[in-house]
Amino acid sequence: MSGNRSIRVTAGILLAVATAALVGPWISPHDYATTNLENILSAPSLSNMHLFGTDDLGRDLFVRTMLGIRITLLVAIVASLVSLVIGVSYGAIAGFVGGRLDAAMMRFVDTLYALPFIFLVILLMVAFERNFLLIFVAIGAINWLDMARIVRGQTLSLREREFVEAARLTGVSTLKIVFRHIAPNLIGIVVVYVTLTIPQAILVESFLSFLGLGVQEPQTSLGALVDAGVKHMEGASWALLIPATLLALILLCFNFLGDGLRDLFDARHSS
Amino acid sequence: MKMLRTLWLTLILAVVAACGGADEAAGPPNTLERGISSDPETLDQHRSRSIQAADVIRDLGEGLVGYSATGELIPAAAQSWEVSEDGLKYTFHLRDGLRWSNGDALTASHFVAGMRRLVDPSTAAFYAEMLGDLENAAGITSGEIPVSMLGVAAPDERTVVLRLVQQTPYLVSLMTHPSTFPIHPGSIAEHGDSFARPGKLVSNGAYRLEAWVPGSVISLRRNEYYWNNAGTAIDAVNYHVIVQDSAELNRYRAGELHTTSTVPPDSFAQVREEYGEQLHVAPYLGVYYYGYNLTRPPFKDNAPLRQALSMAVDREQLALRVTGRGEAPAYSWVPGGVNNYEPPLSSFAALSKEEREQVARRLYKEAGYSAENPLKIEVRYNTNDTNKKIAVAIQSMWREVLGVEATLINEEFQVLLANMRDAEITQVFRSSWMGDYNDAHTFLSVLQSGSATNMPRYENEEFDALMALAADQVDPEQRKLYLEEAERVMLADYPLIPIYFFVSKHLVSPQIEGWGDNVLDYHYSQQLSFKAVQ
Amino acid sequence: MLRYTVLRILGAIPTLLLVIALAFLMVHAAPGGPFDDERALPADVEANIAAAYHLDEPLPQQFLRYMSGLLQGDLGPSYRYRDYTVGELIGTAFPYSLKLGAMAMALALLLGVSAGTVAALRQGTALDKVVMGFSMTGISIPVFVIAPVLVLFLAVKLQWLPAGWSSATGMSRYLLPVITLALPQIAYIARLTRASMIDVLGRDFIRTAHAQGLGTATVVRVHALKPAMLPVLSYMGPAIAAILTGSVVVEEIFGIPGLGQFFVRGALNRDYTLVLGIVVFYASLIVLLNLLVDILYGAIDPRVRYR
Repeated sequence: MSGNRSIRVTAGILLAVATAALVGPWISPHDYATTNLENILSAPSLSNMHLFGTDDLGRDLFVRTMLGIRITLLVAIVASLVSLVIGVSYGAIAGFVGGRLDAAMMRFVDTLYALPFIFLVILLMVAFERNFLLIFVAIGAINWLDMARIVRGQTLSLREREFVEAARLTGVSTLKIVFRHIAPNLIGIVVVYVTLTIPQAILVESFLSFLGLGVQEPQTSLGALVDAGVKHMEGASWALLIPATLLALILLCFNFLGDGLRDLFDARHSS
Repeated sequence: MKMLRTLWLTLILAVVAACGGADEAAGPPNTLERGISSDPETLDQHRSRSIQAADVIRDLGEGLVGYSATGELIPAAAQSWEVSEDGLKYTFHLRDGLRWSNGDALTASHFVAGMRRLVDPSTAAFYAEMLGDLENAAGITSGEIPVSMLGVAAPDERTVVLRLVQQTPYLVSLMTHPSTFPIHPGSIAEHGDSFARPGKLVSNGAYRLEAWVPGSVISLRRNEYYWNNAGTAIDAVNYHVIVQDSAELNRYRAGELHTTSTVPPDSFAQVREEYGEQLHVAPYLGVYYYGYNLTRPPFKDNAPLRQALSMAVDREQLALRVTGRGEAPAYSWVPGGVNNYEPPLSSFAALSKEEREQVARRLYKEAGYSAENPLKIEVRYNTNDTNKKIAVAIQSMWREVLGVEATLINEEFQVLLANMRDAEITQVFRSSWMGDYNDAHTFLSVLQSGSATNMPRYENEEFDALMALAADQVDPEQRKLYLEEAERVMLADYPLIPIYFFVSKHLVSPQIEGWGDNVLDYHYSQQLSFKAVQ
Repeated sequence: MLRYTVLRILGAIPTLLLVIALAFLMVHAAPGGPFDDERALPADVEANIAAAYHLDEPLPQQFLRYMSGLLQGDLGPSYRYRDYTVGELIGTAFPYSLKLGAMAMALALLLGVSAGTVAALRQGTALDKVVMGFSMTGISIPVFVIAPVLVLFLAVKLQWLPAGWSSATGMSRYLLPVITLALPQIAYIARLTRASMIDVLGRDFIRTAHAQGLGTATVVRVHALKPAMLPVLSYMGPAIAAILTGSVVVEEIFGIPGLGQFFVRGALNRDYTLVLGIVVFYASLIVLLNLLVDILYGAIDPRVRYR
């Protein structure tokens, strides 16, 4: 696939999945929380509109899967934004100010790389109970380091470019330089890395769900659905296969999209 | 290129790690492989508390009395015993020639030493109150009386005498509990509190401790000095620590285990179909319940509301469809099958589902709630698949029958425990109670005013008075009546919602003989054997 | 160089202190204590136990007590494993985790780089598509799905490999866990290698090497592999982190008595000292490894000046 086409295809798929997740629950006659103990683990069927079958409490898996996609995407996107905000401001400051501060700040990033982060996330989830917001923040807090490094590198090189130099000589204020000249030039690389951070955030969320530290029932996420599906893998394979396939599809698309955007960005930069 | 070095370092480490390290030897061919759901916290019978620790300790040690595979009391270290007429003095006669696993003689004084260590405040034993009815026990545990004053004595090498301050009809069954097992005085003197580690533990049961890899496996070997060594068929036992029930099932199916500690709820139907004969399900002394926080609104002084919520829970559906492992729906607090006890049932047990829902709706309305003004409550449960499913189902039942808006809060076990203990933010919470001995007292005493385990904070003078009357009663028939009346009084107050009574569930390999189902869920390895190969 | 080493070690101390303080606060902030249970303890007994473990002291005092123990190399007693010290538990558990992680990493590199190289050389063929298809799937399935599926087929149905670690001896019991842990990394490394190998193979110096009449195998081995490995090398850090995360799942599912399992159980059971001990241990280990690499690198390459 050529760069542009793969971007369009993957973005299209992601858009379609997201739309289905938003609209799907409306169309279905079922809701995500109502149990039906007379109809547990039934196979997908059109006749009763359980398109993806039911789970072990008789809840409609189609609606739950759509809800799971929403929450998974929400967690991933917000987590990425958190890492974006921290990473970009940290990296931009270090890169723009430079000198000792830069050295100290990057040393700090190096040491943070040394921490067993996943352990800290588990501790965080344990210490502050299952707070939905906290899942975002925790995941975002892991992922900002790469972002900070990349943004700093980019800022450093931008700082030396002629147009920044020229702006400085003509007496433009530092703040203005950062916003007018540096920030717009960072957007490309930042978008690429956010796209690549999202699949990581999705995997961390599913990992937390596996440990039972994910979102609260009857809310759900793709990770939680997959974890539940694993337990019925032999008797009710659809309960695993459908959410697992969707999870894989979303991860794949974000990875492809990120790669495509990176190629595009690289090509534009080298030309 | 710094990374290149890291890479080589990793590779070299990998090769070194893969080659190095001798592995533990497997047991003899005649080895029983058992699943256990968590590591014991220690194999010291006094400092341990978990059911898992007790399971292993019952293989390693032996009390004065034991249980048969089907749950009848049988002589163990003591070959006989008598009770005085007033029921306050028990005399146990030990077998001749009892020995410890290192060959030392086992005498009556070692039992005395064990019981003294149990109540000694410096031991800080979890089960210190187990022998609370012995003379001076309470005063010793609170540090007012010296340990030597405990009402247990060894008049000679083969006699243990216990003196009680009040009637305790279940006293003999307490002698099967690991916390009353004897202590090898030499090892305590030598190793202090770490005497229970592999290589140090001297035990008096059918097995001795060979090795323990925390988080993985506990290995036991035949104790050649055990009095019934000839009657012990299996040479070695491995307890494999498997936290995830689905992983345990996989290992059983792969032929790696002979017995499992449980069967995962999600696979139960499939297991019953595939392994019908190998599946053992039996009633168990435990009740699963939802408690109300009685110290705060909306449940404080609001019996109609408590009754409405209780009646709206369809226990038959829960037991049949959600847990689905043969659990009995609970309409009382004490399970059926307890010695000398007929649990009274909640008033609504006889009503049909529709009648119950009707009454529930009426009570709900009387308590001042309606569709416009629904009850909004939080339900707390600890993270676990069964708990989750039950919570979701009950939330749904309450919404459909009454229109209650319940929010589910899934907490980690330690968090839930702390919240229940504080009784501040809790409203409805999930909990359970497992009996420690086969008597209604182990259940009913939980709900006495001020009991540390009284999670709903239930207080009723009439209930407490009936419990006190029962405690002083010598006549078992009269005692039974008092206890039953106490439960009846309690049930009418609806301080909690009993949901179902537990069952024990195990898979037992067809190669194994001697497995018996019993209400205590005790399965001594020494009573099992491999079927002779045809 | 000695001065550099000393300075680096001194520089690492504030970081470690920060980590310990942070972790200490977090475990103690978590509601519930290590000795809470449904079978609540009588007040007397509870007080006795709290006193025995100094849990009745104010938090700052407990922290000082912990730190002074740490300075003497004492990580304290485990609350959950009441017969063991944290030092002993880490001592027995770490070799298992190391063995698992190192083997998974080695396998991932070996298979990932080979598969990626082969795919790059056969770019566009069916083989390439198979390798890439596999690797895309590999990075899209969580470890906690891979493990039970592999167990179901290889251990339960076919009974080729043990389902549980403690049911076998020797290497066979590591096979399934190592494969599970390595799979996503194999996939990722294969993708990285393929992309960078294609890039390198298109460069001038490779064309020159070909023009000199060298065979493909020689060109790849002598000239292309080293530059093509660069992106893989910079992926090592994230890969180690991913394997650490994955090992928590794998250890739990296969019952391997490693640090990951102890950490999760410890955090859930409020085994304060065990959890802290593992955090301290891992953080120190990573700091030490980084230092070691820097020093080794300096010893090998004299152009590096120690700042």
